[in-house]
Amino acid sequence: MTTTAPRPSDLQDERLANREGIRGTFAGFVDKIRGGDLGALPVVIGLAVIWTVLQILNHGFLSAANLVNLLLESSPTGVIALGIVCVLLVAQIDLSVGSVSGLSSAIVGILFVNLGWNVFAAIAVAVLTGVVIGWVYGQIFNRFGVPSFVITLAGLLSFLGLQLYVLKGIGTINIPFDSPLVIFAQLAFVPAWLSYVLVAIAAAGLFLTDLTRARARRTAGLSAQPLSLIALKSGALLVGLGFAAWYLNIARGIGWMFVLFVALVLILNYALTRTKWGRAVFAVGGNVEAARRAGIKVKTIYTSVFVVCSTLAAVGGILAASRLAASSQSSGTGDVNLNAIAAAVIGGTSLFGGRGTAFAALLGIIVIQSISSGLTLLNLDSSFRFMVTGLVLLLAVALDSVSRRSRTNHGRA
Amino acid sequence: MTTPTLERTDATTNILSLRGVTKNFGAVAALTDISLDVAAGEVVAIVGDNGAGKSTLVKILSGVHLPDAGTIEFDSRPVSIPNPTSALNLGIATVFQDLALCDNLNVIENLFLGQELRPARLNDIAMEVRSWELLRQLSAKIPSVRIPIASLSGGQRQTVAIARSLLGDPKVIILDEPTAALGVAQTAEVLNLVERLRERGLGVIMISHNMADVQAVADRVVVLRLGRNNGDYKVGTVTPEEIIAAITGATDNAVTRRTSQVDLRSIQPITLPDGTIAPPENPTDKEVDR
Repeated sequence: MTTTAPRPSDLQDERLANREGIRGTFAGFVDKIRGGDLGALPVVIGLAVIWTVLQILNHGFLSAANLVNLLLESSPTGVIALGIVCVLLVAQIDLSVGSVSGLSSAIVGILFVNLGWNVFAAIAVAVLTGVVIGWVYGQIFNRFGVPSFVITLAGLLSFLGLQLYVLKGIGTINIPFDSPLVIFAQLAFVPAWLSYVLVAIAAAGLFLTDLTRARARRTAGLSAQPLSLIALKSGALLVGLGFAAWYLNIARGIGWMFVLFVALVLILNYALTRTKWGRAVFAVGGNVEAARRAGIKVKTIYTSVFVVCSTLAAVGGILAASRLAASSQSSGTGDVNLNAIAAAVIGGTSLFGGRGTAFAALLGIIVIQSISSGLTLLNLDSSFRFMVTGLVLLLAVALDSVSRRSRTNHGRA
Repeated sequence: MTTPTLERTDATTNILSLRGVTKNFGAVAALTDISLDVAAGEVVAIVGDNGAGKSTLVKILSGVHLPDAGTIEFDSRPVSIPNPTSALNLGIATVFQDLALCDNLNVIENLFLGQELRPARLNDIAMEVRSWELLRQLSAKIPSVRIPIASLSGGQRQTVAIARSLLGDPKVIILDEPTAALGVAQTAEVLNLVERLRERGLGVIMISHNMADVQAVADRVVVLRLGRNNGDYKVGTVTPEEIIAAITGATDNAVTRRTSQVDLRSIQPITLPDGTIAPPENPTDKEVDR
């Protein structure tokens, strides 16, 4: 095992097919798909189909103005879906995210508008409520072993009740249009020049991290991505994001609320893939007993995941209230819950635990919001929206089950 | 984390010795006055029937149970092992029968699970390099460390589980039925692995029901029967029949009568009077541990 070996030390087994360079990467990708490791491919294809169909049905759908709106609309529920991804990864569920988001928007409404609190203090109290709710879920789950399905079903009812109670006699609280909340959610857009700068930073960031990583791997005598592939990937990102930014800038541009959502996705992605906590989350979702024996504090991981989920639900509730400029007794009710869960699953998070990414929430919510926005443009009411979303959800779960079987056959479970 | 030492240490010094270890579960005496010595670079097989106390002994050594009486000396120092972490800190690693690996994680992730390098920004590269070092030391035949555990064979999984236990640089490694669920080729692989652990100077305690495996790889066989020591043999000076006699507590019993008809190591299907084939008895009938 020397660094002068003709092949990197991780590719020395003669049973491994020699896959180097861009072509090798592509062949490896095809293998993965065949083996049932679909990743984000189904949702990307699904999104392309949905966008094509909706654009044919209504030419306004892919207009810059509509897409700007679509991204803004996606953000609150998307943030909630991000939390759902976390609980699904440990093979649990949180059904109460809608109620928690509703309660949180009610808290912000009452504290900020009715009691005249500082906006940040009101936000802090609402977010803290989310933290406490998640912590309580974790304690009940760990101490009494009640299934999370039941705990959070109880939470769904209780916090809906609490929301109705605190808003009793008030009904709807209108958040003033000149408040920072509403300005952030409705009127604040990234200036065109800054959007391009952000795109350039993203592409350069990808290029540099991949490059340093490839160098470090080569120094360690391991196989590494060739420079051409790294350049191709970051170039594609630059062009793709640059085009999106240019197109959205034709209309109002990229809302800051959407930027916040994407930032949260990136932070969670880092936490899940590059930290010890993330590894533990995947391990608990894959095999709880193995995780326990490896010295992972399984109970702490469960609690942390419930806390992350409820906290993100509370943040999503604040964003929803800001977007609507109101918090009411109907905030967070209806389809918020199911949309958030459906988004996580449609995006490719497995219901069986241990499989999924933070980007699932982003992709999934864009699919759901596209359906909703497209059907609204066609003057179809929510009855159609529910039916179509239901079908897409069923498709996504069916795909998850089928690809799971395929993974087992190809030894990739 | 240091690299485990490769040089063979003096095989005559006992690294682990138990004296008078007793464990009762209520009215049941699971272990009574057990003695056990393990030297560095020695493979000790512990055999015994179901309920002989093998699992209880393993659990005492791995810190799951506390003994009611008796002393445990490790490196000639009396120690107590109150919990699994203290067993690991002492240098006693246990590979349980069900291996406890996460199917959805790859080999590197499984090896370093719970002891990742650089928790806030995982050092994948160092972990991958270390994984390859470890697996090559064990001559493991694993094509890639970046594939999920699910795609590995039983023998390869056992190798990963053993490699993981070596990460903490243990002095004694306990293998609970390492060949119970494996095919012929994988069993041979695992036995080779056990020999390599011995060459590295580790004390190996192997629980097994399979006489062929015990004869193939162990230096000494310690027989437990109904929670008591019932023989301590040097392999090579003892026949399988003698060991079985010690296990069952008699020279004339169902097993010896049977082995006189059929060789133990190649149990053939028996044709029943009605012409059907009786299912072969599984010699590696395993205990349920949990």
